[in-house]
Amino acid sequence: MSRDVQFLVDRIRCDGHGLCAEILPELTRLDDWGYPIFAPGPVPDQLLPLAQKAVESCPVLALALKRAERHRTAR
Amino acid sequence: MSRLRLLAGRDITSGAEDFTEHVRRLGAQPAAGPALIETIVRSGLTGRGGASFPVGLKWKSVAAHSHGSAVVVVNGAEGEPHSKKDRMLMTTRPHLILDGAFLAAHSVRARQVVLYIGEEHEAARNAMLRALAERRPNERKITRVLGAPPRYVAGDSSAVVHLVNAGIATPMTTPPSPHERGVEGGPTLVQNVESLAHAALIARHGDAWYRSAGRRGAAGTLLVTVAGGVSGPGVHEIEAGTTVAEAVEMAGGVTEPARAVLIGGYFGSWVPAEHAWDLPLDSAMLRERGLSIGCGVVGILHHSSCVVCETAGIMRYLAAESSAQCGPCFFGLRALADACSRVAERGTNPDDMHRLHRWAIDVRGRGACHHPDGAVTFLQSALKSFPDDFAHHPAHWRGQGRQTPAGRAQGAHLDE
Repeated sequence: MSRDVQFLVDRIRCDGHGLCAEILPELTRLDDWGYPIFAPGPVPDQLLPLAQKAVESCPVLALALKRAERHRTAR
Repeated sequence: MSRLRLLAGRDITSGAEDFTEHVRRLGAQPAAGPALIETIVRSGLTGRGGASFPVGLKWKSVAAHSHGSAVVVVNGAEGEPHSKKDRMLMTTRPHLILDGAFLAAHSVRARQVVLYIGEEHEAARNAMLRALAERRPNERKITRVLGAPPRYVAGDSSAVVHLVNAGIATPMTTPPSPHERGVEGGPTLVQNVESLAHAALIARHGDAWYRSAGRRGAAGTLLVTVAGGVSGPGVHEIEAGTTVAEAVEMAGGVTEPARAVLIGGYFGSWVPAEHAWDLPLDSAMLRERGLSIGCGVVGILHHSSCVVCETAGIMRYLAAESSAQCGPCFFGLRALADACSRVAERGTNPDDMHRLHRWAIDVRGRGACHHPDGAVTFLQSALKSFPDDFAHHPAHWRGQGRQTPAGRAQGAHLDE
Protein backbone atom coordinates (compact mmCIF):
# COMPACT_ATOMS: atom_id res chain seq x y z
CA MET A 1 0.00 0.00 0.00
CA SER A 2 1.36 3.42 -0.95
CA ARG A 3 1.89 5.67 2.04
CA ASP A 4 1.10 8.83 0.03
CA VAL A 5 3.51 11.12 1.84
CA GLN A 6 3.93 14.78 0.86
CA PHE A 7 6.29 17.59 1.78
CA LEU A 8 4.93 20.28 4.07
CA VAL A 9 6.96 23.52 4.01
CA ASP A 10 6.77 26.27 6.58
CA ARG A 11 7.36 29.15 4.18
CA ILE A 12 7.97 31.64 6.96
CA ARG A 13 10.70 29.51 8.57
CA CYS A 14 12.38 28.59 5.29
CA ASP A 15 15.48 30.76 4.76
CA GLY A 16 16.64 29.17 1.55
CA HIS A 17 19.63 27.25 2.93
CA GLY A 18 19.07 24.81 0.11
CA LEU A 19 20.09 21.56 1.78
CA CYS A 20 16.88 19.88 0.65
CA ALA A 21 17.77 20.54 -2.98
CA GLU A 22 21.31 19.15 -2.43
CA ILE A 23 19.97 16.00 -0.85
CA LEU A 24 16.95 15.42 -3.08
CA PRO A 25 17.41 17.05 -6.52
CA GLU A 26 14.94 14.51 -7.93
CA LEU A 27 12.05 16.35 -6.26
CA THR A 28 13.50 19.74 -5.36
CA ARG A 29 14.92 22.65 -7.30
CA LEU A 30 15.85 26.12 -6.14
CA ASP A 31 14.24 29.23 -7.58
CA ASP A 32 16.29 32.24 -8.71
CA TRP A 33 16.43 33.48 -5.09
CA GLY A 34 17.54 30.17 -3.59
CA TYR A 35 14.23 28.97 -2.15
CA PRO A 36 13.07 25.40 -2.84
CA ILE A 37 10.30 24.44 -5.24
CA PHE A 38 9.01 20.91 -4.62
CA ALA A 39 7.60 18.64 -7.30
CA PRO A 40 3.83 18.33 -6.83
CA GLY A 41 2.24 15.07 -5.72
CA PRO A 42 3.33 12.35 -3.28
CA VAL A 43 6.93 11.39 -2.60
CA PRO A 44 7.68 8.09 -4.43
CA ASP A 45 8.43 5.22 -2.02
CA GLN A 46 12.02 4.73 -3.24
CA LEU A 47 12.82 8.38 -2.42
CA LEU A 48 11.34 8.33 1.08
CA PRO A 49 14.66 7.71 2.88
CA LEU A 50 16.23 10.73 1.12
CA ALA A 51 13.13 12.81 1.78
CA GLN A 52 13.43 11.93 5.45
CA LYS A 53 17.09 12.95 5.38
CA ALA A 54 16.16 16.29 3.76
CA VAL A 55 13.66 16.92 6.55
CA GLU A 56 16.22 16.10 9.24
CA SER A 57 18.90 18.24 7.58
CA CYS A 58 16.91 21.46 7.35
CA PRO A 59 18.76 23.88 9.64
CA VAL A 60 15.62 25.86 10.49
CA LEU A 61 13.20 22.89 10.76
CA ALA A 62 11.02 24.30 7.98
CA LEU A 63 10.39 20.96 6.31
CA ALA A 64 8.14 18.08 7.30
CA LEU A 65 6.64 15.01 5.72
CA LYS A 66 2.92 14.71 5.97
CA ARG A 67 0.75 11.70 5.37
CA ALA A 68 -2.16 12.51 3.06
CA GLU A 69 -5.49 12.78 4.95
CA ARG A 70 -7.18 9.73 3.49
CA HIS A 71 -4.37 7.40 4.59
CA ARG A 72 -4.11 8.74 8.11
CA THR A 73 -4.13 5.88 10.62
CA ALA A 74 -4.03 5.79 14.39
CA ARG A 75 -0.51 5.89 15.72
CA MET B 1 -30.53 46.97 -10.29
CA SER B 2 -30.79 49.37 -7.38
CA ARG B 3 -32.79 47.27 -4.96
CA LEU B 4 -31.30 48.43 -1.68
CA ARG B 5 -30.95 46.09 1.27
CA LEU B 6 -27.83 46.89 3.25
CA LEU B 7 -28.24 50.54 2.37
CA ALA B 8 -32.05 50.73 2.68
CA GLY B 9 -33.27 53.33 5.17
CA ARG B 10 -31.88 56.81 5.61
CA ASP B 11 -29.77 58.41 2.90
CA ILE B 12 -26.15 57.25 3.19
CA THR B 13 -24.86 60.82 3.02
CA SER B 14 -26.64 61.63 6.29
CA GLY B 15 -24.35 59.63 8.56
CA ALA B 16 -24.85 56.62 10.78
CA GLU B 17 -28.20 55.07 11.59
CA ASP B 18 -28.49 55.03 15.40
CA PHE B 19 -29.85 52.16 17.48
CA THR B 20 -33.39 53.55 17.91
CA GLU B 21 -33.79 54.15 14.20
CA HIS B 22 -32.23 50.77 13.35
CA VAL B 23 -34.65 48.87 15.63
CA ARG B 24 -37.64 50.91 14.46
CA ARG B 25 -36.82 50.09 10.83
CA LEU B 26 -35.80 46.45 11.15
CA GLY B 27 -37.15 45.22 14.47
CA ALA B 28 -35.17 43.68 17.30
CA GLN B 29 -32.26 41.34 16.75
CA PRO B 30 -33.71 37.89 15.96
CA ALA B 31 -32.75 34.56 17.53
CA ALA B 32 -29.38 32.93 16.84
CA GLY B 33 -28.18 29.33 17.00
CA PRO B 34 -27.86 26.18 14.88
CA ALA B 35 -31.08 26.97 12.93
CA LEU B 36 -29.65 30.34 11.88
CA ILE B 37 -26.44 28.68 10.69
CA GLU B 38 -28.55 26.36 8.50
CA THR B 39 -30.49 29.34 7.12
CA ILE B 40 -27.25 31.08 6.20
CA VAL B 41 -25.90 27.91 4.56
CA ARG B 42 -29.11 27.72 2.47
CA SER B 43 -28.90 31.39 1.50
CA GLY B 44 -25.62 30.73 -0.32
CA LEU B 45 -24.08 33.91 1.17
CA THR B 46 -20.35 34.13 0.38
CA GLY B 47 -17.69 36.18 2.18
CA ARG B 48 -17.12 39.73 0.97
CA GLY B 49 -13.54 40.24 2.11
CA GLY B 50 -12.04 38.80 -1.08
CA ALA B 51 -11.96 35.01 -0.89
CA SER B 52 -15.75 34.47 -1.41
CA PHE B 53 -15.76 31.53 1.04
CA PRO B 54 -19.30 30.31 1.96
CA VAL B 55 -20.26 32.11 5.19
CA GLY B 56 -22.51 29.35 6.56
CA LEU B 57 -19.81 26.69 6.22
CA LYS B 58 -17.33 28.87 8.11
CA TRP B 59 -19.83 29.42 10.97
CA LYS B 60 -20.50 25.69 11.05
CA SER B 61 -16.82 24.82 11.27
CA VAL B 62 -16.15 27.33 14.07
CA ALA B 63 -19.26 26.16 15.95
CA ALA B 64 -18.09 22.54 15.69
CA HIS B 65 -14.69 23.40 17.24
CA SER B 66 -16.04 25.94 19.72
CA HIS B 67 -17.08 24.48 23.12
CA GLY B 68 -17.57 28.09 24.20
CA SER B 69 -13.98 29.11 23.43
CA ALA B 70 -14.61 30.68 20.02
CA VAL B 71 -13.89 34.29 19.07
CA VAL B 72 -15.61 36.37 16.38
CA VAL B 73 -13.47 38.95 14.59
CA VAL B 74 -15.36 41.67 12.72
CA ASN B 75 -12.97 42.45 9.87
CA GLY B 76 -13.09 46.10 8.86
CA ALA B 77 -9.37 46.41 8.00
CA GLU B 78 -10.08 47.26 4.33
CA GLY B 79 -6.49 47.56 3.17
CA GLU B 80 -7.31 47.39 -0.56
CA PRO B 81 -6.36 50.84 -1.91
CA HIS B 82 -9.38 51.34 -4.20
CA SER B 83 -12.05 49.73 -2.00
CA LYS B 84 -14.24 52.04 0.05
CA LYS B 85 -17.25 49.83 0.72
CA ASP B 86 -16.34 48.47 4.16
CA ARG B 87 -15.60 51.87 5.72
CA MET B 88 -18.76 53.25 4.09
CA LEU B 89 -20.89 50.47 5.59
CA MET B 90 -19.28 50.93 9.03
CA THR B 91 -19.90 54.68 8.83
CA THR B 92 -23.55 54.43 7.79
CA ARG B 93 -24.96 51.08 9.07
CA PRO B 94 -22.90 50.13 12.13
CA HIS B 95 -25.78 48.39 13.91
CA LEU B 96 -26.39 46.06 10.99
CA ILE B 97 -22.75 44.94 11.27
CA LEU B 98 -22.97 44.62 15.07
CA ASP B 99 -26.20 42.60 14.77
CA GLY B 100 -24.40 40.23 12.42
CA ALA B 101 -21.42 40.02 14.78
CA PHE B 102 -23.49 39.17 17.86
CA LEU B 103 -25.70 36.76 15.91
CA ALA B 104 -22.53 35.01 14.78
CA ALA B 105 -21.16 35.06 18.34
CA HIS B 106 -24.33 33.44 19.74
CA SER B 107 -24.50 30.93 16.89
CA VAL B 108 -20.91 29.68 17.31
CA ARG B 109 -21.00 30.11 21.13
CA ALA B 110 -18.19 32.67 21.16
CA ARG B 111 -16.85 34.22 24.36
CA GLN B 112 -15.47 37.32 22.69
CA VAL B 113 -16.08 39.70 19.78
CA VAL B 114 -13.20 41.74 18.35
CA LEU B 115 -13.91 44.79 16.20
CA TYR B 116 -10.87 45.04 13.91
CA ILE B 117 -11.02 48.38 12.11
CA GLY B 118 -8.46 50.02 9.82
CA GLU B 119 -6.51 52.64 11.79
CA GLU B 120 -6.86 55.20 9.03
CA HIS B 121 -10.66 54.72 8.70
CA GLU B 122 -11.39 57.28 11.41
CA ALA B 123 -15.04 58.04 10.59
CA ALA B 124 -15.82 54.32 10.40
CA ARG B 125 -14.13 53.64 13.73
CA ASN B 126 -15.99 56.50 15.42
CA ALA B 127 -19.34 55.33 14.06
CA MET B 128 -18.70 51.77 15.23
CA LEU B 129 -17.63 52.94 18.71
CA ARG B 130 -20.72 55.16 19.06
CA ALA B 131 -22.92 52.28 17.93
CA LEU B 132 -21.25 49.87 20.37
CA ALA B 133 -21.95 52.31 23.22
CA GLU B 134 -25.68 52.06 22.36
CA ARG B 135 -25.74 48.26 22.64
CA ARG B 136 -26.78 46.17 25.64
CA PRO B 137 -24.23 45.74 28.46
CA ASN B 138 -23.93 41.96 27.90
CA GLU B 139 -22.86 42.67 24.31
CA ARG B 140 -20.51 45.51 25.25
CA LYS B 141 -18.71 43.51 27.90
CA ILE B 142 -17.62 40.73 25.51
CA THR B 143 -16.43 43.20 22.84
CA ARG B 144 -13.01 44.75 22.34
CA VAL B 145 -11.84 47.14 19.64
CA LEU B 146 -8.49 46.90 17.86
CA GLY B 147 -6.94 49.01 15.10
CA ALA B 148 -5.70 47.34 11.90
CA PRO B 149 -2.41 48.82 10.67
CA PRO B 150 -2.63 50.36 7.18
CA ARG B 151 -0.96 47.46 5.39
CA TYR B 152 -2.35 45.37 2.54
CA VAL B 153 -1.80 42.07 4.38
CA ALA B 154 -3.34 43.25 7.69
CA GLY B 155 -6.79 42.00 6.66
CA ASP B 156 -5.60 38.42 6.09
CA SER B 157 -7.38 36.23 8.64
CA SER B 158 -4.18 34.75 10.09
CA ALA B 159 -2.70 38.28 10.33
CA VAL B 160 -5.75 39.35 12.33
CA VAL B 161 -5.20 36.46 14.73
CA HIS B 162 -1.48 37.28 14.96
CA LEU B 163 -2.27 40.89 15.86
CA VAL B 164 -4.69 39.93 18.62
CA ASN B 165 -2.35 37.27 20.03
CA ALA B 166 1.03 38.94 19.63
CA GLY B 167 0.49 42.53 18.45
CA ILE B 168 1.94 41.89 14.98
CA ALA B 169 -0.39 42.05 11.98
CA THR B 170 1.57 39.72 9.70
CA PRO B 171 0.20 36.43 8.32
CA MET B 172 1.09 33.14 10.00
CA THR B 173 1.77 29.67 8.66
CA THR B 174 -1.38 27.56 8.27
CA PRO B 175 -2.46 24.95 9.29
CA PRO B 176 -3.86 25.45 11.81
CA SER B 177 -6.22 27.89 10.13
CA PRO B 178 -7.88 30.53 12.35
CA HIS B 179 -11.23 28.72 12.27
CA GLU B 180 -9.53 25.73 13.90
CA ARG B 181 -7.15 27.52 16.27
CA GLY B 182 -6.93 31.30 16.33
CA VAL B 183 -7.25 34.00 18.97
CA GLU B 184 -5.84 32.71 22.26
CA GLY B 185 -6.03 29.20 20.83
CA GLY B 186 -9.81 29.28 20.36
CA PRO B 187 -11.47 28.66 16.98
CA THR B 188 -11.86 32.08 15.41
CA LEU B 189 -14.42 33.32 12.94
CA VAL B 190 -12.87 36.16 10.93
CA GLN B 191 -15.66 37.69 8.90
CA ASN B 192 -15.79 40.79 6.72
CA VAL B 193 -18.16 43.55 7.87
CA GLU B 194 -20.35 43.34 4.77
CA SER B 195 -20.78 39.57 5.18
CA LEU B 196 -21.98 40.10 8.78
CA ALA B 197 -24.44 42.81 7.71
CA HIS B 198 -25.96 40.43 5.13
CA ALA B 199 -26.20 37.73 7.82
CA ALA B 200 -28.15 40.16 10.06
CA LEU B 201 -30.74 40.66 7.30
CA ILE B 202 -30.93 36.96 6.41
CA ALA B 203 -31.60 36.23 10.11
CA ARG B 204 -34.62 38.56 9.94
CA HIS B 205 -36.02 37.77 6.50
CA GLY B 206 -34.82 34.26 5.66
CA ASP B 207 -32.74 32.61 2.96
CA ALA B 208 -35.45 32.70 0.26
CA TRP B 209 -35.71 36.45 0.74
CA TYR B 210 -31.95 36.81 0.28
CA ARG B 211 -32.04 34.86 -2.96
CA SER B 212 -35.05 36.81 -4.26
CA ALA B 213 -32.69 39.64 -5.19
CA GLY B 214 -30.22 39.02 -7.96
CA ARG B 215 -30.19 39.03 -11.73
CA ARG B 216 -29.30 36.56 -14.48
CA GLY B 217 -29.61 33.67 -12.00
CA ALA B 218 -27.36 35.16 -9.29
CA ALA B 219 -28.52 35.58 -5.68
CA GLY B 220 -28.50 38.53 -3.27
CA THR B 221 -26.93 41.96 -3.38
CA LEU B 222 -23.37 43.18 -2.95
CA LEU B 223 -21.44 46.38 -2.39
CA VAL B 224 -19.05 47.44 -5.14
CA THR B 225 -16.62 50.33 -5.32
CA VAL B 226 -16.53 51.84 -8.82
CA ALA B 227 -13.16 53.60 -9.09
CA GLY B 228 -11.11 55.39 -11.71
CA GLY B 229 -12.39 57.05 -14.86
CA VAL B 230 -16.09 57.53 -14.07
CA SER B 231 -18.00 60.75 -13.27
CA GLY B 232 -19.11 59.63 -9.83
CA PRO B 233 -16.68 57.12 -8.34
CA GLY B 234 -17.93 55.54 -5.14
CA VAL B 235 -19.77 52.70 -3.45
CA HIS B 236 -23.00 51.22 -4.80
CA GLU B 237 -25.20 48.37 -3.66
CA ILE B 238 -26.07 46.25 -6.70
CA GLU B 239 -28.00 43.06 -7.24
CA ALA B 240 -25.64 40.14 -7.86
CA GLY B 241 -25.41 39.51 -11.61
CA THR B 242 -25.58 43.21 -12.50
CA THR B 243 -23.15 43.80 -15.37
CA VAL B 244 -20.01 45.93 -15.25
CA ALA B 245 -21.65 48.31 -17.77
CA GLU B 246 -24.69 48.75 -15.52
CA ALA B 247 -22.53 49.36 -12.43
CA VAL B 248 -20.46 51.91 -14.33
CA GLU B 249 -23.70 53.59 -15.42
CA MET B 250 -24.75 53.87 -11.75
CA ALA B 251 -21.44 55.65 -11.13
CA GLY B 252 -22.27 58.23 -13.80
CA GLY B 253 -20.64 56.51 -16.76
CA VAL B 254 -17.07 56.76 -18.07
CA THR B 255 -15.54 60.21 -18.52
CA GLU B 256 -13.40 59.06 -21.48
CA PRO B 257 -13.39 55.87 -23.54
CA ALA B 258 -12.06 53.03 -21.39
CA ARG B 259 -9.09 50.80 -22.15
CA ALA B 260 -9.30 48.24 -19.37
CA VAL B 261 -11.34 47.33 -16.31
CA LEU B 262 -9.77 46.06 -13.11
CA ILE B 263 -12.18 43.52 -11.62
CA GLY B 264 -11.74 42.54 -7.96
CA GLY B 265 -8.94 44.90 -6.89
CA TYR B 266 -5.19 44.28 -6.82
CA PHE B 267 -5.63 40.51 -6.37
CA GLY B 268 -8.07 40.57 -9.29
CA SER B 269 -7.64 40.88 -13.06
CA TRP B 270 -7.33 43.39 -15.85
CA VAL B 271 -9.97 42.76 -18.51
CA PRO B 272 -9.89 44.60 -21.87
CA ALA B 273 -12.79 47.09 -21.73
CA GLU B 274 -14.57 45.60 -24.76
CA HIS B 275 -14.76 42.22 -22.97
CA ALA B 276 -15.63 43.69 -19.57
CA TRP B 277 -18.94 45.50 -20.05
CA ASP B 278 -21.16 42.40 -20.18
CA LEU B 279 -19.47 40.57 -17.28
CA PRO B 280 -21.92 39.80 -14.43
CA LEU B 281 -20.73 41.02 -11.03
CA ASP B 282 -21.22 37.88 -8.94
CA SER B 283 -18.63 35.65 -7.28
CA ALA B 284 -19.81 32.36 -8.82
CA MET B 285 -20.45 33.78 -12.30
CA LEU B 286 -17.04 35.47 -12.43
CA ARG B 287 -15.29 32.34 -11.14
CA GLU B 288 -16.80 30.38 -14.07
CA ARG B 289 -15.01 32.86 -16.32
CA GLY B 290 -11.67 32.51 -14.52
CA LEU B 291 -12.10 35.85 -12.72
CA SER B 292 -12.80 36.86 -9.14
CA ILE B 293 -15.11 39.44 -7.56
CA GLY B 294 -12.53 39.90 -4.77
CA CYS B 295 -13.56 42.80 -2.56
CA GLY B 296 -15.88 44.25 -5.22
CA VAL B 297 -13.61 46.84 -6.85
CA VAL B 298 -14.44 47.80 -10.44
CA GLY B 299 -11.65 50.11 -11.66
CA ILE B 300 -11.88 51.90 -15.00
CA LEU B 301 -8.66 52.71 -16.85
CA HIS B 302 -8.92 55.34 -19.59
CA HIS B 303 -7.79 54.74 -23.14
CA SER B 304 -5.14 57.43 -22.77
CA SER B 305 -3.47 55.55 -19.89
CA CYS B 306 -0.77 52.94 -20.37
CA VAL B 307 -1.73 49.52 -19.06
CA VAL B 308 1.93 48.42 -18.78
CA CYS B 309 2.88 51.42 -16.66
CA GLU B 310 -0.22 50.98 -14.48
CA THR B 311 0.60 47.30 -14.00
CA ALA B 312 4.19 48.16 -13.05
CA GLY B 313 2.92 50.69 -10.49
CA ILE B 314 0.58 48.17 -8.88
CA MET B 315 3.29 45.47 -8.84
CA ARG B 316 5.65 47.88 -7.07
CA TYR B 317 2.95 48.56 -4.52
CA LEU B 318 2.24 44.86 -3.95
CA ALA B 319 5.97 44.06 -3.67
CA ALA B 320 6.35 46.80 -1.05
CA GLU B 321 3.33 45.42 0.83
CA SER B 322 4.83 41.94 1.22
CA SER B 323 5.24 41.27 4.92
CA ALA B 324 8.78 40.06 4.03
CA GLN B 325 8.37 36.76 5.87
CA CYS B 326 8.52 34.28 2.99
CA GLY B 327 11.44 34.41 0.53
CA PRO B 328 9.52 33.66 -2.69
CA CYS B 329 7.10 36.52 -1.92
CA PHE B 330 9.63 39.08 -0.65
CA PHE B 331 12.30 38.47 -3.31
CA GLY B 332 9.98 37.20 -6.06
CA LEU B 333 7.50 40.08 -6.04
CA ARG B 334 10.34 42.60 -5.86
CA ALA B 335 12.04 40.96 -8.85
CA LEU B 336 8.75 40.87 -10.77
CA ALA B 337 8.06 44.53 -9.98
CA ASP B 338 11.60 45.48 -11.08
CA ALA B 339 11.28 43.55 -14.36
CA CYS B 340 7.88 45.11 -15.03
CA SER B 341 9.23 48.57 -14.24
CA ARG B 342 12.18 48.07 -16.60
CA VAL B 343 9.74 47.20 -19.41
CA ALA B 344 7.71 50.29 -18.52
CA GLU B 345 10.64 52.71 -18.18
CA ARG B 346 13.18 51.51 -20.73
CA GLY B 347 10.95 49.71 -23.21
CA THR B 348 10.20 46.07 -23.75
CA ASN B 349 12.96 43.47 -23.96
CA PRO B 350 12.82 39.70 -24.39
CA ASP B 351 14.79 38.90 -21.21
CA ASP B 352 12.43 40.72 -18.88
CA MET B 353 9.35 39.44 -20.68
CA HIS B 354 10.66 35.90 -20.27
CA ARG B 355 11.35 36.55 -16.57
CA LEU B 356 7.85 37.95 -15.98
CA HIS B 357 6.22 34.83 -17.39
CA ARG B 358 8.58 32.38 -15.67
CA TRP B 359 8.71 34.02 -12.23
CA ALA B 360 4.94 34.46 -12.12
CA ILE B 361 4.63 30.68 -12.34
CA ASP B 362 7.49 30.05 -9.86
CA VAL B 363 6.10 32.34 -7.15
CA ARG B 364 2.54 31.03 -7.07
CA GLY B 365 1.51 29.01 -4.03
CA ARG B 366 4.77 29.63 -2.16
CA GLY B 367 3.78 31.99 0.63
CA ALA B 368 2.23 31.41 4.04
CA CYS B 369 -0.66 33.64 2.93
CA HIS B 370 -2.12 34.37 -0.51
CA HIS B 371 -0.28 37.65 -1.08
CA PRO B 372 2.11 36.26 -3.73
CA ASP B 373 -0.74 34.32 -5.40
CA GLY B 374 -2.93 37.42 -5.65
CA ALA B 375 -0.07 39.50 -7.04
CA VAL B 376 0.84 37.00 -9.78
CA THR B 377 -2.83 36.43 -10.67
CA PHE B 378 -3.02 40.17 -11.31
CA LEU B 379 0.25 40.24 -13.28
CA GLN B 380 -0.71 37.23 -15.40
CA SER B 381 -4.05 38.86 -16.24
CA ALA B 382 -2.16 41.87 -17.59
CA LEU B 383 0.22 39.68 -19.65
CA LYS B 384 -2.70 37.66 -21.01
CA SER B 385 -5.12 40.53 -21.70
CA PHE B 386 -2.59 42.97 -23.19
CA PRO B 387 0.17 40.92 -24.86
CA ASP B 388 0.76 43.51 -27.61
CA ASP B 389 1.15 46.36 -25.14
CA PHE B 390 3.90 44.43 -23.35
CA ALA B 391 5.51 43.20 -26.60
CA HIS B 392 5.76 46.69 -28.11
CA HIS B 393 6.06 48.93 -25.08
CA PRO B 394 8.24 51.98 -25.80
CA ALA B 395 10.58 53.59 -23.28
CA HIS B 396 8.28 55.83 -21.31
CA TRP B 397 6.98 55.93 -17.77
CA ARG B 398 3.54 57.19 -17.02
CA GLY B 399 2.62 55.08 -14.05
CA GLN B 400 5.05 56.10 -11.33
CA GLY B 401 3.74 55.51 -7.84
CA ARG B 402 2.41 58.49 -5.99
CA GLN B 403 3.06 58.81 -2.32
CA THR B 404 0.20 58.45 0.12
CA PRO B 405 0.17 60.57 3.26
CA ALA B 406 1.82 57.60 4.96
CA GLY B 407 4.62 57.74 2.41
CA ARG B 408 3.93 54.40 0.76
CA ALA B 409 3.83 53.70 -2.94
CA GLN B 410 0.20 53.94 -3.97
CA GLY B 411 0.36 51.77 -7.06
CA ALA B 412 -1.97 52.82 -9.83
CA HIS B 413 -3.44 56.27 -10.23
CA LEU B 414 -6.76 54.84 -11.24
CA ASP B 415 -8.67 57.47 -9.30
CA GLU B 416 -7.11 60.53 -10.90
